[in-house]
Amino acid sequence: MTATEGTRGGAGAEAERGAGPGAEAVAGAAPRRVRRRPDWGKYLTWAVLAWLFAPILFMVAFSFNDAQGRHNVTWQGFTLRWYGDAFAYPDLNAALANTLSIAVLTMVVSGVLGTLLGVALGRYRFRGRAATDLVMFSAISAPEVVLGAALLSMFLTMNVATGYLTVLLAHVMFSVSFVAITVRARVLTMDASIEEAARDLGAGPVTTFRLVTLPLLLPAVTAGGLIAFALSVDDFIITSFVSGSTQTFPLWIWGATRVGIPPQVNVMGTLIFAVGVLLAAGNVLLARRRAR
Amino acid sequence: MATATHPERAGPGEGPGATALPAISLERISKTYRSGGEAVAAVRELDLRVEKGEFFSLLGPSGCGKTTTMRVIAGFEDPTTGTVRLHGDDVTQVPPHRRDVNMVFQSYALFPHMTVFDNVAFGLRRKGVAREELNRRVGEALELVELAGRGRTRPGRLSGGQQQRVALARALVNRPSALLLDEPLGALDLKLRQAMQIELKRIQRDVGITFVYVTHDQGEALTMSDRIAVMNEGRVEQLGTPAEVYEHPATRFTAGFIGTSNLLSGEVADTGGGVTAIEVAGAGRVLAAGGAQAGGFPAGVRVDVTVRPEKVAIARAEPRGDLVRLRGTVTEVVYLGSATHYTVKLGNGAEIVVFQQNSSDAVGAAERGDTVWVSWRPEHSSVLTN
Repeated sequence: MTATEGTRGGAGAEAERGAGPGAEAVAGAAPRRVRRRPDWGKYLTWAVLAWLFAPILFMVAFSFNDAQGRHNVTWQGFTLRWYGDAFAYPDLNAALANTLSIAVLTMVVSGVLGTLLGVALGRYRFRGRAATDLVMFSAISAPEVVLGAALLSMFLTMNVATGYLTVLLAHVMFSVSFVAITVRARVLTMDASIEEAARDLGAGPVTTFRLVTLPLLLPAVTAGGLIAFALSVDDFIITSFVSGSTQTFPLWIWGATRVGIPPQVNVMGTLIFAVGVLLAAGNVLLARRRAR
Repeated sequence: MATATHPERAGPGEGPGATALPAISLERISKTYRSGGEAVAAVRELDLRVEKGEFFSLLGPSGCGKTTTMRVIAGFEDPTTGTVRLHGDDVTQVPPHRRDVNMVFQSYALFPHMTVFDNVAFGLRRKGVAREELNRRVGEALELVELAGRGRTRPGRLSGGQQQRVALARALVNRPSALLLDEPLGALDLKLRQAMQIELKRIQRDVGITFVYVTHDQGEALTMSDRIAVMNEGRVEQLGTPAEVYEHPATRFTAGFIGTSNLLSGEVADTGGGVTAIEVAGAGRVLAAGGAQAGGFPAGVRVDVTVRPEKVAIARAEPRGDLVRLRGTVTEVVYLGSATHYTVKLGNGAEIVVFQQNSSDAVGAAERGDTVWVSWRPEHSSVLTN
């Protein structure tokens, strides 16, 4: 922060010095002090960051709360107890395992499908391209409640038993558009002649995709995959419609609100958050290394 | 079809007669695009032969079809009609990765995620060249473009000129039967561009590979080429050595596109013995003995005749009788240091531009308002078609 202040002051002083004949006149005298205006942009930035991080901070803090009884809503002192006892509820563990495995599968499946979709939409003109666009955006913009209800009636009509598989299908359905859009944006900014160069140098279509297209798209593919993962871990509304008797982490918590949410939920939330931060940081580092 | 990519293994074609086969030949190539339900012709019935080892330029303004022609040769565009042959083999249906030509792209199109070495080695690895040979050839290629020792750098860290040379090495290392260059110097600044022109020509001489060079820069084409095809609206306007194309433009387009030209309109008065006499109303008679078509015009036909400004002499005294001589008034004198540019208005209102070197006896040949003679030799004027 001080570094920024320094440059700011310097730039201001320079502007002052270049102020024309008036500035010449006071040469030799002490430089006039630059009146600094309050930097609203800076305050706003901090306010937004605080707004974003406050709930997370509370989640993390309350994972260390020495809560007594069934409720973890008032601060009662610091403890590491819940971390030692994180997996005390077998059905919560199972719900978490479901959520994580569904999220990983969603990430992989929608990552692959979304990448192919994004490349197709960004690179080629084909019949049904506009329709594909429309379906993608409606999958994003449709209210979740409506989608969830519609999916449930579809599965019922088709006689598909709701459960783990239907949750996975639903999650891939709403994630794939996000991956496709991210990848398409990258494809559009990519110089098409790079792929032509690979072809020109003797690489067939598949080799070109493997050695050139995919590596260049990788930042977008991983970003899209991470979005898919996050959406899947998070989802409650659609999942609640199509889960049948399968429990996921959000569903379990929702169920627990009536009887009190144990601190273990905060512990798991904190751990998931930590993993997410690590993945995002890894993606940033990777992108930076590639950029060099 | 498989032999198309391996001309060295062509067998029967490798006899003494094989040297006569052009490196590239295009036979009646047309390329039509559909744009909003409308057919747009980029290339029209193009016939072209590029000889082995030649530095061949496709020169023309943007949209003239030169890049499309090159992409047809590389295999990135399927011609609507016509045949593409490389060393006599029909490759019209062969995909780009199985054609024995390599391309240097205008944007360089280097692989940003690979090192310079891996970029250059890309083509050899696709062919399965053994490691020792690969290392040696990549090393040689980098040396050729004076980038030895930069193999482990990523392209993003190199300057534009260096990236350009990596692109060149990446193509040359494969020893293609022809190298296609799509305005490769377009993104460089003037000084670097001029240095690279000489560099490219040197490399082409050293490796002896056929170069097909696409450019809209007439200076570039004149400097480097063995032959130039001047293209306009999907057709070849004129084909010839730089000197032929410059000294004796055959069409109005070529005369206007390359260099500066003086253009006079008149009527063929007399023809024969390789000389055409053109009567330019209100100015005088112009003899034209230059160019392939000189003497080939019947009397009475309206034609244009052209002469380059540096061929024209300006003088107050009457010139010799065997020269083309016209009288006019100097309307403008621009002194440029090494040369002076005069504009002379003729009796019919047409203007003739004269470039005169400022050698000691030519300084101050005329001043604004002077009545002067402009003259040139008949073989320096060319009759233009269309």
